[in-house]
Amino acid sequence: MASRAIPSAAVPSFGPKSARRLLVFGGLALVAAGMLFGDIFAVFVLHQNARLQGEALIAATRAVAARNPTAVKDIFEHLGGTLEDRGTKVDAHVHMIDAGYLALLLALLQPFVALSTSRKKFLATLFIAGGLLLPIGIFLIHYVGVAYSPFPVIGWGSIVADSAGALLIIALLGEAWGLWNYACGRGSAAETNFPQEDSWSRRSLLSGGTVLVLLGFLHGAWYAAADLYRQEAQEATILHAMVDDAAAKNLPGAANEVMNLDNLSGEKAVNIAAHSHIIEFGVLAILLSFIQPYVFLSEDWKRRWVKLLLAGSLILPLFVLLELKFGLVAGGIADLGGLMVIIALIAMLVGVLRYSGSMDASLGDGR
Amino acid sequence: MNGPRKLLIFGGVALATVGMLYGLYYAVFVEHQTLGSMGGSLAGSFVHAAEGRLPEAHGAIDTYAAVKYNYVRQVDVHSHWIGLAMLMIVMGAAFDGVGFSERVRFWIAIAFLTGSVGFPLGVILQTVNRGSVFPSALAIAGSALVILALSAAAVGFARQSA
Repeated sequence: MASRAIPSAAVPSFGPKSARRLLVFGGLALVAAGMLFGDIFAVFVLHQNARLQGEALIAATRAVAARNPTAVKDIFEHLGGTLEDRGTKVDAHVHMIDAGYLALLLALLQPFVALSTSRKKFLATLFIAGGLLLPIGIFLIHYVGVAYSPFPVIGWGSIVADSAGALLIIALLGEAWGLWNYACGRGSAAETNFPQEDSWSRRSLLSGGTVLVLLGFLHGAWYAAADLYRQEAQEATILHAMVDDAAAKNLPGAANEVMNLDNLSGEKAVNIAAHSHIIEFGVLAILLSFIQPYVFLSEDWKRRWVKLLLAGSLILPLFVLLELKFGLVAGGIADLGGLMVIIALIAMLVGVLRYSGSMDASLGDGR
Repeated sequence: MNGPRKLLIFGGVALATVGMLYGLYYAVFVEHQTLGSMGGSLAGSFVHAAEGRLPEAHGAIDTYAAVKYNYVRQVDVHSHWIGLAMLMIVMGAAFDGVGFSERVRFWIAIAFLTGSVGFPLGVILQTVNRGSVFPSALAIAGSALVILALSAAAVGFARQSA
């Protein structure tokens, strides 16, 4: 699959103890793990959770019709748990991927961070630790609750997540300090810049990524202008009608409004998901264009993974949007698109691992 | 590092830091209370309806809608600032590949930075003065600037590759 020599000029920038290597590995692993978690969540939790929300609202309208406020309170307490279950999983997925993106970004910036090698490695370790702990903390919020917490409304899950967020901020401020030193001409950058490579893979990822981001922005702008305010007003209107129907003991009418709310929530969710996913995949493609010189695979295999990544990046958001029209079939194809991106990403991570393994072996021979 | 790259990279790092600090402040001091108020209003509306107090039920739904309006925008500001900052840093790293003169690249970078700050700022100002024209105009102008800058960068990348 692979067979080319490691460029000697690149060796100092990707050494065994360099911050860049840690950030590239950590970043790729966080993005891949976050996407895998998102795919598992979409297949096994998302739709089931939406069904549970609908059932809870139907039960609430029945309790209103039966003039039973205690039952309503119980149902909403349960509904709160269902919403928290969904929300924390979405947040864990998003924050893990975003931390991965930031790690890859910081890897790009290392040549311009004028700090000592040990400080750069410390900051990189701090960042990866924060990026790992943040989604774990968020994920645990739903399961740990406020058990044994010293605060009345903030549980240990939130404490871990917020502390991890603080770690990320400290690491980012440290990197910003290094950049400031570089801009002021204080100290010197310890690493050389990323090796420049004018390959097909790099160009395709760069231009393909930019087009994906642009498409995402255009879709987001269209959604904000055409649908956002209408949907917000529609949600309140549906809830008013639902309460009126339930109070008038018109249960079929109330059930109809629950269905309308479910459809509206679906419409909002797919638009937001399509918009955010296409932009995130675009940014990922651009980021991956920089690490292509470190992917130790033959050009043919690199091309295959690039094509798979770009195709998956387009399929997922497109079919997420089509879920409104074609239902679960489109949802299944969207999940497949996500899987294509994950496979391409893992393949590139393997390429980077092969690169560093070969480099370490050659350095070992040298010693 | 040349001027446009500096502008994008330093502007991006500053914007990401601001976005994260805002997100941390929001998560620690505001979000839990907001979520509690949102859930409480929605549950309260159904409880009032079950008690036969329909005007109060409708009032609670209006409160829910108002709190949710603010919540969505505050979360959006945090994520959009950080997202746009990341995009600026990435663009900064790749900016030498944009096939335009230094002067044009500088203006593209200015448009990127101004739009990235202004677009989410307009969104958050909508929660301060709901219904006012200025915040919406700022958000629209900001997003248009980002789209323009991104389109110009895409054309620049294509020119360089050609």
